[in-house]
Amino acid sequence: METIFDKSKSGRRSTYLNEDDLTSKKPSDELDGDLLRGEKPGLPEISQPELMRHFVELSKKNYGVDDGLYPLGSCTMKHNPKPNEDLAATEEFQDHHPLASPDLVQGNLRLMYELGELLKGVSGMDGITLQPSAGAHGELTGMLMIRKYHEVRDELERRTEILLPDSSHGTNPASAAVAGFDAVEIKSNDEGTVDIEGLKEATSEKTAGIMLTVPNTLGIFEKDILEVAEIVHDAGGLCYFDGANLNAFLGRVRPGDLGMDITHFNLHKTFSTPHGGGGPGAGPVGVKEKLLPYLPIPVVEKTGDGYSFDYDRPKSIGKVNSFPGAFGVLVKAYSYILSLGDEGLKRVSDNAVLNANYLKEKLKDPYKLDYEGVCKHEFVLNGSGMGEGIKTLDIAKRLLDYGYHPPTVYFPLIVKEALMIEPTETETKENLDEFTETMLKIAAEAMEDPELLHEAPTETPVGRLDETQAARNPVLRWTESE
Amino acid sequence: MDFIPHTEEDKREMLEEIGVSSIDELFSDIPDEVQVQGDIIGKDGKTEQELKQDVNKLARENVKPGDRVSLIGAGLYHHFIPSVVSHVTGRSEFYTAYTPYQAEISQGTLGWMFEFQTAISELMGMEIANASMYDGGSSAAEAVLMAQEYLDRRPIVVADNINPYYRDVIDTYLPDPDDEIIELSSKNGRINRDHLEQIINDNDDLAGLVVQTPNYFGIVEDLAGLKEALDDAFLIVSANPISLGLLQPPGEFGADIVVGEGQPLGNSVYFGGPLLGLFATKSDYLRYLPGRVSGKTVDDEGREGFVMALQTREQHIRRERATSNICTNQALNALAATVYLSSLGPDGLTALARINWDRAQYLADKLCRIEGVDLTWDQPFFNEFVLTVDADPELIWEKMKEEGIDLLHPKHLKRLGLDENLMIAVTEKVDKEDMDRFAELLEEEM
Repeated sequence: METIFDKSKSGRRSTYLNEDDLTSKKPSDELDGDLLRGEKPGLPEISQPELMRHFVELSKKNYGVDDGLYPLGSCTMKHNPKPNEDLAATEEFQDHHPLASPDLVQGNLRLMYELGELLKGVSGMDGITLQPSAGAHGELTGMLMIRKYHEVRDELERRTEILLPDSSHGTNPASAAVAGFDAVEIKSNDEGTVDIEGLKEATSEKTAGIMLTVPNTLGIFEKDILEVAEIVHDAGGLCYFDGANLNAFLGRVRPGDLGMDITHFNLHKTFSTPHGGGGPGAGPVGVKEKLLPYLPIPVVEKTGDGYSFDYDRPKSIGKVNSFPGAFGVLVKAYSYILSLGDEGLKRVSDNAVLNANYLKEKLKDPYKLDYEGVCKHEFVLNGSGMGEGIKTLDIAKRLLDYGYHPPTVYFPLIVKEALMIEPTETETKENLDEFTETMLKIAAEAMEDPELLHEAPTETPVGRLDETQAARNPVLRWTESE
Repeated sequence: MDFIPHTEEDKREMLEEIGVSSIDELFSDIPDEVQVQGDIIGKDGKTEQELKQDVNKLARENVKPGDRVSLIGAGLYHHFIPSVVSHVTGRSEFYTAYTPYQAEISQGTLGWMFEFQTAISELMGMEIANASMYDGGSSAAEAVLMAQEYLDRRPIVVADNINPYYRDVIDTYLPDPDDEIIELSSKNGRINRDHLEQIINDNDDLAGLVVQTPNYFGIVEDLAGLKEALDDAFLIVSANPISLGLLQPPGEFGADIVVGEGQPLGNSVYFGGPLLGLFATKSDYLRYLPGRVSGKTVDDEGREGFVMALQTREQHIRRERATSNICTNQALNALAATVYLSSLGPDGLTALARINWDRAQYLADKLCRIEGVDLTWDQPFFNEFVLTVDADPELIWEKMKEEGIDLLHPKHLKRLGLDENLMIAVTEKVDKEDMDRFAELLEEEM
């Protein structure tokens, strides 16, 4: 595939600038020679029409929610409403510096304050920081607040462990580790929820807290959550609620009512802001009252004079970003919540759960379901035993040939050959029915003509790529010699 | 307004298929005592038209940025953004896609990521770059963690003239910043070489040094000899990418990691986010690199393509032993930077850096001709500089605000021990007329 560097030709350019001679000084008068760039950077040289064609060509080799069903479990790939994109692009939102005088940017500050209030309502928490850039960044922020909480109580030295169910997202143990904690795994029981006896055994005077994903990655509500919270709290630990799966019960259940002390929100999942091919997201964090002093600085506050940033918070964990948050993302989430209102929020989860259960019923035969019962926003199929040498990966790759983005595969680790499916509320019944037909067709192919699956995909711009070679002999940038 | 397509008939058929009589039944596994009764936000929904009226009204509670002149920098800069940038990032195949887990239908994202990594490596003078971090501050913090991990050493020297917000983030990320950070003082606006030599002599287990160029005060640091003095300890440099159109890239001075804020590359200041963390390093440290990278490989028929490479470093595989917990990054901002750099090309970026440098020189010279106004340090600067003023800087700030010229509030400098100073950033967006008017107004205040 030709990169933009391959298309480069010396002397071409897409954007020209006004060069003016405002000063007679030259950089070489002011700077030692060895501080001046010797060779110009090796950037592409390309005309505007060719630049557009290059990136449009690339875009055609991509697949987004606007292209079709994207049932990627735990990623909540719902429709990204277009009005929100337009609103966030207004000059008044885009072009203000975060260090501008607060009285000039009251609209921005009010939006941040009000979004914080809305998220408090959604989560049942007492305070919000909008600063973290992503879910994992929110987790880290939460872990650092747990650290601070124990540090203030002089218990940090002994409270070194974070408890993690084996169904947790990979970012959970990594976030706990980056914050300096040891991750301690708790096994799930036969129902796919936290094993209470195992939890009791794992909990000790070393427990700093627990990180729970609810519904868990099997799409199952943690029915004993109040007991889990009690066990951890009795041991002096705090409860962190991974809010990545909040799309399952907006307006039905709130982490703050479940004994949880901290939760993060993935605005780029539950609140419809686009994923951008991997970001930017936003991972605000909500906390209960006892953790309010530790929120990152600054916090947006409302006073008689209007809205402002409050930096005077001596017990704060500090900053997790240089500036107060991914404002452009916040505008979209704010607009989304206002579009929906209370009724709309509840409808989101009602229909997300309806769609997941419907699809689960349609697919559970011939695909297998290890954990029965109603699911929430997603469910996990066991893709083993579908045919001679057929793996989940083969099923996923065959789906590409039929024009679908596959589900999340091989996660959670506790289900063999897992296919984790989250249809979201914005998909029609017809889309789910067509997807079902395709999945059943693939199941039949797996029995009758397994080679079709082993060789898939054949309809995509490239076939299965050699990841081993990419790992053994990493080529991570273009070079001229190629 | 919602985005749910189901008709009543659809719902009835679906519930029947599931074998329940109502949606409420699908939530029966949740104990009644924790189910929410009533509203949670107390709001009715809005139509698109109502929403736009209300949110646009909120936007107008801000002043109109186009009516004012902003001379605020401090790490984020107002640059001209060519139209091609939004026309590419606005392709919904790009912005409505997830992380490219399925390579065969993500060659667009993986393809530009590879191009971004190349462009950033070229700009920084480094061998490899990742596909982005959150922002300049978290990039600097992750660089410190990487140096500590690679060398298995803790103490890290941090120059006192790096962006104070980056320092704040480093402090937050380190478990014990008071014990781990050795602050390097500055002398006449640049890092104090004597102090550095002393620190190096006194500590034989340094993990590295963090410096910034241009530093927080806009001054171009002299990086020569730093790596030699540090020996195997890491030289970590935070650089403004636009300045590298003019300045020798940190890689040429032997930097081990180069980080920076990528916002100036085709991204709006956006009230502080989303931003773009840049992260480049040497191939030798590849297995310690945080974040995502796109790598070139071949498919089963030998056709070239890209995949997310080296995922075994990452959290979704290695869990608590990952090199970082980062997952979602700043992809669309990195795409904007890729388009921006491609659009300018080497000549454009060089010209842009020169325009920024020229204008800052012009304004500084003009201001220094005013009685009672001087450059605080006589050192080379790029597009930002610090003045010492013989008047109350807060009164100047206030006056300029009334006149439609926005300056960095002096309290941000006071925090750093600069009580009688102003910091001025100039880019290609500030024209001669604006600069002349600012100079006239300042003269009136002196």
